[in-house]
Amino acid sequence: MSMSGSAVELPITTDATPEERLTSRQLKKQLRLQDAKTKLSSPWASGIAIILAILWTIPTFGLFVTSFRPPADIQTSGWWTFFANPGITFENYTNAWSNSAGGLGNFFINSFVIVFPAVIIPISLALLAAYCFAWVDFPGRNVLFVAVFALQIVPIQVTLIPLQTIFVNFGLQNSFWPVWISHTIFGLPLAIFLLHNFMKEVPASIVEAARVDGAGHVKIFFVVLMPLLVPAIAAFGIFQFLWVWNDLLVATVFAPSPNLRPITAAVAELSGTKGSQWELLSAGAFISIVVPLAVFIGLQRYFVRGLLAGGVKG
Amino acid sequence: MDWFLKPESIFDKFLVMIVAILLFVAIMSLILWIIDRPNVPNWLVVVGFLGPVTIALAVGLFYPALSTAYRSFQVSQAAVGPDGKPVINPQTGQRSSELVFSLANYTKVFTDPGFQKVLINTVWWVILVPVVATGFGLIYAVLVDRTRGEKLAKALVFLPMAISMVGASIIWKFMYEYRQAGAPQIGLLNQVLIWIGLEPYQFIITEPWNTFFLITVMIWINAGFAMTVLSAAIKSVPDDIVEAAQIDGATGFKLFRKVTVPTIRPAVVVVLTTIAMGSLKAFDIVRTMTGGNFGTSVVANEFYTQSFRQGEAGVGVGAALAVILFIIIVPVIVYNVRQMRLSEEMR
Repeated sequence: MSMSGSAVELPITTDATPEERLTSRQLKKQLRLQDAKTKLSSPWASGIAIILAILWTIPTFGLFVTSFRPPADIQTSGWWTFFANPGITFENYTNAWSNSAGGLGNFFINSFVIVFPAVIIPISLALLAAYCFAWVDFPGRNVLFVAVFALQIVPIQVTLIPLQTIFVNFGLQNSFWPVWISHTIFGLPLAIFLLHNFMKEVPASIVEAARVDGAGHVKIFFVVLMPLLVPAIAAFGIFQFLWVWNDLLVATVFAPSPNLRPITAAVAELSGTKGSQWELLSAGAFISIVVPLAVFIGLQRYFVRGLLAGGVKG
Repeated sequence: MDWFLKPESIFDKFLVMIVAILLFVAIMSLILWIIDRPNVPNWLVVVGFLGPVTIALAVGLFYPALSTAYRSFQVSQAAVGPDGKPVINPQTGQRSSELVFSLANYTKVFTDPGFQKVLINTVWWVILVPVVATGFGLIYAVLVDRTRGEKLAKALVFLPMAISMVGASIIWKFMYEYRQAGAPQIGLLNQVLIWIGLEPYQFIITEPWNTFFLITVMIWINAGFAMTVLSAAIKSVPDDIVEAAQIDGATGFKLFRKVTVPTIRPAVVVVLTTIAMGSLKAFDIVRTMTGGNFGTSVVANEFYTQSFRQGEAGVGVGAALAVILFIIIVPVIVYNVRQMRLSEEMR
């Protein structure tokens, strides 16, 4: 895989192996060895795998089917009877979206308003910091980097009340600002750590060559490194997006009013207050799921790569 | 300036969002412009690149953590003046309170039966979720490895990772839905119980097993993560090791147990510890499914209830719970980092 940046061209070896160049005999041997590592007993294995996959999918599938059934059907029969006695309606979705009972449309918009700054700002800040840790020499660099890394262990619960006090002192409470700022802060340690790892993988000779050509830090950062870091940025961007969109704790603490509440928190609230109205809850759940699911399916490649690079946030 | 802090309409909301992003871009551009001028001293470059992050982390993580730790050793009590009488706040006419040093928050958490239950539940979460999810993930990764439908099979198990814990909780609440015996069941699990001739069961309400049904949801979410990481680890076991073992006569399950598993051990440990940390902090599932009622609360949820739902009296206990959370996490992370180093050396 070779990435063509505007200034440089270099092969990044994150997951590419030189397999293409093997002869077919070597390839066969490799496959046989691969088989040996895991082969238990095939027909049984496949059967068990299929059963497990079905078991894992049934809960989601059941609620999905339910979200399209008329309320009367939902309350009187199980979703599995749908196939014998089908009845489809889209009213659950329209009701959940705009009805006075659900009205998730507004919360859906709040989610978008929250998520964009909460993804863009930490990534930008972390990129700058990661560049500095990777390519600028200064006294105390290692100590500071370890300190940032260590801050990953602070559970966000520990910070909530003092942060709340700070926001109140600045008169920012009950606006989007605390949500953006706290998501930024909570995302930073992991972002810096991940992006620093990726930046370190860029060969030093490239950065040196640019320096010799007279490029300053800013030019090196934007022209040389940024094009190479697109996969890493995408990987962390997806993480942060999913994390912010799916978050409940930060939203409940810092965006408690309905005017600010994101969709995930709104659905959680719905589950508490209208716990038995499954026509509303099922449609609501899928309205809240659809965006992260689309992002996830569309960009799965980057997501998995980020996961394997050790990026997991608790 | 109402739109800036209290946006009401959709237009205002997006306006304040764009303003926030532009404000950020403007500040960053200014910093970069200063750095990029000729003959800037090195320290200014470092301050420009690292300053914003350092301030954000110091004010937003480091100071709050210390402050919470300090608060966990304080309790609120009625202030007593020098004359031995309670101090009355002249503005409100109420007795004013003051914070004094005390270990009472911690004593309460560890001795009160309600809180002990919370701690025990948390222990179950932190042990069961990682072990079962990792075990499942490993088995599943092996079963589907290089089969025809591997991609689809993996995607199906991985999908819950994209679903929020709130969404997952609702999905499972519906699985667990209970109707009285005789009435048509709408939850699949109770229908299965009836099909095999048993009485319907209140999965979410009946103690003590309800905690385990909540744990099931977390396992369901995390198995996909375990599977993905372990599958990659299995695929990267070096061929020469396998070849050597084969020459020595190892095949099938023995080869898997004696060669594959030991080789991917570091990855297994990383997965275990990562999931353990996630389970420790998981607040969404308990909050959405039971709200912490019916004896299902865990530390992360109880922290929220104490800190934000009990007024001033709960804040100290909430702080103590947060500190306990922190203290449990530290050794797990240290172990995790050491294992990550090990697995990097092996690569």
